[in-house]
Amino acid sequence: MMAQIDVTSASQDRPAMGVDLWWIPRGLVLGLLAFVIFGPLANLLLWTVAERWYFPHALPIDYGFSYWGRVFAPRGNATEALANSLTVAGLTVVVSLALAIPAGYALARLRLPFRAVILIAFLIPQAFPNLTVYVNVARLFYQLGLNGTIPGVVLVHVTHGLVYAVWIATAAFSAVDAELEEAARSIGAGALRAFLDVTLPLAAPGLLASAIFVFLESLDEFTGSYFVGAPDVNMLPLLLYTAGAGGNYQVASITALLLLVPSIGFMLVVERFLKSDVLSKVGR
Amino acid sequence: MNDDAFLRIADLSVGYGATRVLERLDLAIGKGEFVALLGASGCGKTTLLRAMAGFVAPSTGTVAVDGRDVTLMPPDRRGMALVFQSYALWPHMTVARNIGYGLKLKGLSRAAIDRRVAEIETLLGLEGLGARKPAALSGGQRQRVALGRALAVDPQILLLDEPLSNLDARIRLKVRHEIGALQRRLGITAVIVTHDREEAMAMADRVVIMEAGRIAQQGSPEEVYSRPASSFVAAFMGAENVLALEGQVAGGAVHIAAGRQSSSATLTLDGRLLSSGRLEARFRAEAVEMVAADAQASRAEGLTIAGRVEAASYLGGGWRHSVRVGDQTLFADAARPFDSGAGVELRIPGDKLFLFNLPTSSSAPDATALEAAAELSPAAPRGPVERVLQAS
Repeated sequence: MMAQIDVTSASQDRPAMGVDLWWIPRGLVLGLLAFVIFGPLANLLLWTVAERWYFPHALPIDYGFSYWGRVFAPRGNATEALANSLTVAGLTVVVSLALAIPAGYALARLRLPFRAVILIAFLIPQAFPNLTVYVNVARLFYQLGLNGTIPGVVLVHVTHGLVYAVWIATAAFSAVDAELEEAARSIGAGALRAFLDVTLPLAAPGLLASAIFVFLESLDEFTGSYFVGAPDVNMLPLLLYTAGAGGNYQVASITALLLLVPSIGFMLVVERFLKSDVLSKVGR
Repeated sequence: MNDDAFLRIADLSVGYGATRVLERLDLAIGKGEFVALLGASGCGKTTLLRAMAGFVAPSTGTVAVDGRDVTLMPPDRRGMALVFQSYALWPHMTVARNIGYGLKLKGLSRAAIDRRVAEIETLLGLEGLGARKPAALSGGQRQRVALGRALAVDPQILLLDEPLSNLDARIRLKVRHEIGALQRRLGITAVIVTHDREEAMAMADRVVIMEAGRIAQQGSPEEVYSRPASSFVAAFMGAENVLALEGQVAGGAVHIAAGRQSSSATLTLDGRLLSSGRLEARFRAEAVEMVAADAQASRAEGLTIAGRVEAASYLGGGWRHSVRVGDQTLFADAARPFDSGAGVELRIPGDKLFLFNLPTSSSAPDATALEAAAELSPAAPRGPVERVLQAS
């Protein structure tokens, strides 16, 4: 994207010549960029509809949707994995926001001591190598009987997603001027009433963005799902991994597409809702 | 102070950490009275207002409304409505919902809310704007919505925190009179915080001048303007010219010794609390009668100072001169301009010369503190000085 913008703005500065030869390197760079970005995606799309495709052939030999049928068969792994993934992602969002809304509000409004330390603390699960953390989490969850259960996976995803949830929620609440809340208090609204009527609606776009981040993080999360969930709780990334490792590129591609669609859709939503006044306060 | 005060602040101290913002402050406000808290930034006037409203917890003292102690009550239970400097309109609600919010909280019916909102909109000239969001309003309209939102709930006390400071000069003059007229018409008790002395005098029945967390003086606008109780108040009320004099008090009069530039003078004390010694004299530029040095000596009681014109600038309606007197510069107004370099006499009538005792021990640092205070006071000092400098 940046490269594109730079190139077009540069062309506006340059006086128009008879034949602008600059389009050649520009076209090459853009073409290369497009190939790097869209090449693998096109390959992925082709694989989802390929019935037969092997080495010497540049394109699939037969096209069809039989693998889609197999993936979405009522007893198929994918349906279960999709349902599990969506359930876990949804629950992760609910739990994360339930924690992040009060935490973010407190961090934004109250003069807490060690505020920066608290904010950094949420980063800790991300700061260490995932494998070591989740192997130990799995060991702990075995003792608690949480291994191989949906709540167990949700808990792992929450620790992972909380940093986004809390940081963005803090920024969203910081972006709401405290005087707006005081204005409601001064004409008769109790603390909770003012929060629900003024602060929460105004912070909602930021909170929605944080919910989407958490949802996508949960949907994509592999390591924790693998150590805590597998083999009892099957998730989409695990399915993708087994299918890919087993050479079943059709199933892997279809799974990947299933993971990709919500990501792109939500990114567009986030881009619309996460305004600069909130973004500028993230991590502060 | 009357005993039947409606809003009574007693012994109120507020501090943030180690800094004391308000220092054992007492203030009584009668029902229906319009009081202005006037002071330079950082004097604690907004903190006092927020303490009244319940947004700042005092470390000592009480706030009582109608004999009821509200010190520990949350802001929403005090029956006060605060209009914020930033207006603090809710951007996600329309004008009508902003104004009607307080009524909704009271559990009024939809029809009753609509009726009251329409009433407020008519009162403040906001007809036809009810469906707009605050972002689609002009500054003056936003200000009126903020006022309307506060008035809609029929508060016992209306608190205004620099409500006019975000408006441009012309609208400010208009709204100033509108708020004053509205307050008198509704008979509501109101407290306004401002740093603009004209605004305070034009709107309020009583002006309370604050200095470093304490009340420096309070009284009617005329009283604080023409009889400032301290050098600080005099400077804040526009008496920027300052002179050091020697005076002897005897028999109801103060005899001022002649200085290098100033004449001797004998002024009746006229209620001034002075003792003999070093005095500080303050006067306004517009109080000065300015004449050419060779003009006949004045017969009126007053102080005469000799100086030399440095520069003149037209203020509209008159000329303001900077006049060199010894090693300092004074400002004086005259109907016609004097040439720069011309020798002049400044005559200050006795009733317009404010005299204060200088503390005998540490006079020097105090004088600089007073100068610093003068620097802080708005409007008058900065403008003319700069304009004169440009003219010269």
